[in-house]
Amino acid sequence: MKFVFEKRKSTSVPALILVPLISFAVSLVLTALLLAIFGADPFKTYAAMAVGAFGTSHGFAETLVKAIPLMMTGLGVAIAFRLKFWNIGAEGQLTLGGVAAAGVALFMERYFPGRSLLFAALFGGLLAGALWAGIPAILKTTLKVDETLVTLMMNYIAILYSEFLYYGPWRDPKGYGFPGSRMFSANAWLPRIMGRAHVGIWVGIALAIILWLVLKRTRWGFELQIIGASQKAARYQGIAVERNIILAVMLSGALCGLAGAFEITGISHRLQQGLSIGYGYTAIIVAWMSQLNPLAVPFVAIALAGLSVGGDQVQMVMGLPAAMGVVMQGLILFPMLAGSLFTEYRFLVVKPEPRAACPEPSQE
Amino acid sequence: MDFLTSILTITIRAGTSLTIATIGEILTERSGILNLGVEGIMLMGALSAFTAVFYSHSIAIGLLVAIGVGGLLALLHAFLTTTMRANQVVSGLSITLFGTGFSSFLGQRLGPVANNFRLVGLRAERIVPLAPEWVKQIPIISAFFNQDIITYLVYILLPLAWFFLYKTRPGLWLRSVGEDPQTADAMGIDVTKTRYLYTILGGMMIALGGAHLSLSYTPGWSENITGGRGWIVIALVIFSMWNPARAVWGALLFGGINAVQFRLQASGTSIPANFLNMMPYIGTIIVLVVMTWWEALSKKVGAPAALGTSYMREDK
Repeated sequence: MKFVFEKRKSTSVPALILVPLISFAVSLVLTALLLAIFGADPFKTYAAMAVGAFGTSHGFAETLVKAIPLMMTGLGVAIAFRLKFWNIGAEGQLTLGGVAAAGVALFMERYFPGRSLLFAALFGGLLAGALWAGIPAILKTTLKVDETLVTLMMNYIAILYSEFLYYGPWRDPKGYGFPGSRMFSANAWLPRIMGRAHVGIWVGIALAIILWLVLKRTRWGFELQIIGASQKAARYQGIAVERNIILAVMLSGALCGLAGAFEITGISHRLQQGLSIGYGYTAIIVAWMSQLNPLAVPFVAIALAGLSVGGDQVQMVMGLPAAMGVVMQGLILFPMLAGSLFTEYRFLVVKPEPRAACPEPSQE
Repeated sequence: MDFLTSILTITIRAGTSLTIATIGEILTERSGILNLGVEGIMLMGALSAFTAVFYSHSIAIGLLVAIGVGGLLALLHAFLTTTMRANQVVSGLSITLFGTGFSSFLGQRLGPVANNFRLVGLRAERIVPLAPEWVKQIPIISAFFNQDIITYLVYILLPLAWFFLYKTRPGLWLRSVGEDPQTADAMGIDVTKTRYLYTILGGMMIALGGAHLSLSYTPGWSENITGGRGWIVIALVIFSMWNPARAVWGALLFGGINAVQFRLQASGTSIPANFLNMMPYIGTIIVLVVMTWWEALSKKVGAPAALGTSYMREDK
């Protein structure tokens, strides 16, 4: 008996759907083991998590609050990853988007009367994210500088800069020493739909559908797909590889920047601590679990947001560290990565033929 | 101690964790495996070493536990990328994401009851500098010898790793697996085994780098104690062009940036602390751009040709 992996002619559709679901289940089992080791009842914990995240209207609203930035950054990361541009700078792009949105809302009120202030702030966030992501994209396409490192280093720079602003020049003098800017005008507040959840959820879902259409139905989407598969092939077909990569990565950054602008205009209404709490990194999990398909991103984002809100709940109810939700999110990726083999390869058990040196070629 | 000696001492101390992890990552990448899990493995190494020392009161046990934990996490990466042929970038990122979350979770769970199960704020035995008192009196020279056992290990590992890679037969095998796995395979080298071996060995050295942080450089446990050092290590590998002999310069440069930053902060400069804290990250980007540009100009290729690609005999 011999085990062989044979490459599939095309990716397996059932595997594309089954692998994320099985990975989720495996991560539940692994975390249950972990919980048991630390003397907590896994079933009770999971029940508390599920109720905390989806069982009450307050919990569900909080899940949506976390799902919105995950959705936006997840979409952004997915676009970049499709081009094999490893943008792990979503966190910094989100932060700077938030900074720019807050800057517009705080200091440009006289140029944008009424509701236009909100749109100006959102546009500012979008632009800041796009420009911040443009730097590593240009360095990558012109000088071939490794983008994983540049995007990550730029996260630290963006976060330190935002801290400088809300601890320093933007700090509210009437804030009793609280690290944060003053609250900006209600003209720049995003309308809310349920609890703290705001209309960003609809924007996120709409963007997921639009992006899917762009990727599947337009010429540009087709070009991006070829670049992602092989840059060489794209060049032979006369596609402007560099320009397209820069544009797509700036789009990726724009989505992350908009996520930050949503956080500022929808939730906190000021620039303050707690803008950068890791959404940009969880976005990598969201994108990969969605198999880089924009249509899957909203579902995965809501599921992962549920884990995180459920994790907070577990901390309050059962005294377990809230980081447990993060551990579960991390644990999902391992079975997911192991399982992706099955979408591209099939697993065969070959019985060795007597006198045959090689395994028989398969029938297909 | 005079000013120069003290700066040099701090620089070498700060550079130790970076250098040992860089040597480990160079060995891993030389086999063709890119491990972006360095940050996560360093964090888990720092946490496990501190926890083990706290309960066992033995530095040796702490270091061994860190090595074991680092080896296990690297084994997971080797399994996913080699046996399951997963994307190396994403697998490494997941190790880092998991390591960050898990070390934070354990840091709130492994502590004693008296400290509410937390490890933050506890003290444990430290690795102390080895040099005898009379050596500490010699200016400049003492900076090199007034160091702990892990720094001494780095002194040994640097030439050893260089010698191994360029002057021995197994070193040649390792480089050939990273350059051209097909040919290496045809020559009878076990590509899979080689990649497992050096990924695990690299992970162990990376974890030791983490242990040095929690046991010596900034003793104690705090969340994200590495503060991005794992990512700087990945930049240092590029900076050293995958040659352990050059790893020392990059690590000293970044150790130096850290030392200067501390001195500036202590001297009460008018530059806000946030901008000073940006220095290592901006430095990394600048070094990376200059190195990449220089490599392209001089037409030298440092990176192993097969880095980041999985090898499957059946695909041929």
